[in-house]
Amino acid sequence: MKVTLEHTTKKFPGFSRKQPDVVAVNDVSLEIPDGLLVGLLGPSGCGKSTTLNLLSGLLKPSSGKIFFGEDDVTNLPPENRGVGLVFQNYALYPHLTVLQNIIFPLQNLKGKDKLTKTQMKDKALEVAKLVQLEGLMDRKPSELSGGQQQRVAIARALVKMPRILLLDEPLSNLDARLRLQTREEIRRIQRQTGITTVFVTHDQEEAMSISDLIVVMKDGVIHQVGKPQEVYDDPEDLFVAKFLGTPPVNVFRGRIEKEQLYIGDECVLHTPGVSDREVFAAIRPEGFELNENGALTCDLQRVEVMGRDVSVVCSHVDCENAAIRAIVSADNPVNASATKVRFDIKPHKLHIFDVETQQRIALETLQ
Amino acid sequence: MENRNYKGWLYLLPAVLFLGVFMVYPLIDVFIYSFEEGFHSASQTYYGIGLQNYSYVLRDPYFLQALKNTILLVAITVPLSTGIALVISVGLASIKGLRKLFQTVYFLPYVTNTLAVGLVFMILFQRTPYTDGFANMVIGWFGGGPVDFIDGPYWAKMFVLCFYTIWVVMPFKILVLTTALASVNETYYNAARVDGTSKFRIFTRITLPLISPTMFYLVITGFIGAFKAYSDAVALFGTDLNVAGMNTIVGYVYDMLYGNNGGYPSYASAAAIILFVIVLTITCINLLVSRKHVHY
Repeated sequence: MKVTLEHTTKKFPGFSRKQPDVVAVNDVSLEIPDGLLVGLLGPSGCGKSTTLNLLSGLLKPSSGKIFFGEDDVTNLPPENRGVGLVFQNYALYPHLTVLQNIIFPLQNLKGKDKLTKTQMKDKALEVAKLVQLEGLMDRKPSELSGGQQQRVAIARALVKMPRILLLDEPLSNLDARLRLQTREEIRRIQRQTGITTVFVTHDQEEAMSISDLIVVMKDGVIHQVGKPQEVYDDPEDLFVAKFLGTPPVNVFRGRIEKEQLYIGDECVLHTPGVSDREVFAAIRPEGFELNENGALTCDLQRVEVMGRDVSVVCSHVDCENAAIRAIVSADNPVNASATKVRFDIKPHKLHIFDVETQQRIALETLQ
Repeated sequence: MENRNYKGWLYLLPAVLFLGVFMVYPLIDVFIYSFEEGFHSASQTYYGIGLQNYSYVLRDPYFLQALKNTILLVAITVPLSTGIALVISVGLASIKGLRKLFQTVYFLPYVTNTLAVGLVFMILFQRTPYTDGFANMVIGWFGGGPVDFIDGPYWAKMFVLCFYTIWVVMPFKILVLTTALASVNETYYNAARVDGTSKFRIFTRITLPLISPTMFYLVITGFIGAFKAYSDAVALFGTDLNVAGMNTIVGYVYDMLYGNNGGYPSYASAAAIILFVIVLTITCINLLVSRKHVHY
């Protein structure tokens, strides 16, 4: 089911009358193609959960429209939207068993959709199998591990075959190991059912790893929509560049003079077609190449060996980050006792942004 | 480690002493009294040990009347007060404006002086040479004849007693229930809404089970409180409850000890033990039932 948001805005009234309204989602337009797994990504307070609740119908937009396929669902209450929602804390009914929890939405069906008890049980067992919960059907939620509870919540959301599945911070209550496992699980379940799925997360790695499409939000505004790799490689503004990637991108203050990018006094890159101005230059950690005669000189602090590759930690007066992290292959020996280290910069790992607008400045010949 | 246990006991000592002197010793004493036949309080003598006190009490028409009154009172007020309190609390939880005002209004009886409450009930129900009382005025509007609620027929007096009891216990129940309702996590309701659950089903399948521990607490304390009713009856009908036919078990115990025909600690003890057994039985039944219906 294709999902469309058209100029959707959600305002919450201020805490007191004197305070202004809080605009959680500001004039957002978004189209989510059918059958994809979409990650809504952003720092806390960016409006991603509000967007999810607008989709679920638990919140109504202050203005704008929401479509599921061709249906305008803007004013439909949640129960008539056909959405499955998995809450951050799962919201499993503690007094019901796993089976009763999963059957619960089916028991609400009325009229021609009404199912017999055996039909309900069959359906519940079917989704339980999908999320691999067989054998736990008679347990209470309190007798399950976090990951199992998560799967019950997904099964409960899936059992009525929703048009779209919404997950609010699905992995935030799990430990690191279970998180890796569960995100694969979510990917698999989504593939198997083919249901358009939107999930909310503040963890960029999580979003990048399983999403078909990621939506980066900040302050109620969408900054960029795209495939994870595209967004990583081609950030449209400085915020997106900074938000994606671990270790984070290294941001330098620089300037363009005669189509050359200078960081400090060093000319780092040829920038054809860019007029002279102050810029931010963001270099991915993997964008550095050790070279004794390299373009950029930094003060070496330490070298961290991580096995497969080496993390060179250094500093530079014009860098916004407290420490620059350059990740280079472990094959290259680094003289850890040196005070200076020089790098060449891979051009496609360096992005320049306007200081005022923070928008990306495109280079003419860059591929 | 064994030797150091005395320290723990030392910390417990004040409480143990207090409870021992004022609770355990009297309890045992009452139990012993209830089996001592013909106990004379002035000389502290008795002539035998047996069940005679119990057989006397159980044949005493005043006790049987008190037992009937108490059981009627319990059977009527506990379910009604809990039910009405639940309805009011759910109502309070679902309104937005003026909630604080209503909460205060419903809680007022709890902090109001008992004498003031008695005065209000007198205005409502008592007949004086000048007026038949407010209740009779209302009955009059609907064309009914005046009823004497204080000295009249049994059902009228029972009605006033139940009404009074329900009114007095209600604020506490409402307070506890509104707290319980407020503590139910909002996401359960959101989850149920997304799944298209009807309001009624949300209430019966989610709200009620989630507040069932509180409901159970209120029912048990309600039973115990109602079985111990006495002061309410005195406030309404005066101290001569046997004559009014509105005595309760605790009232009977009191009368046997200090009343006009009092001075029979053995009979009083026997009656107290009978009350104890009844309350114990009911509480046990409650606990058994709750195992099936109270979750967590």
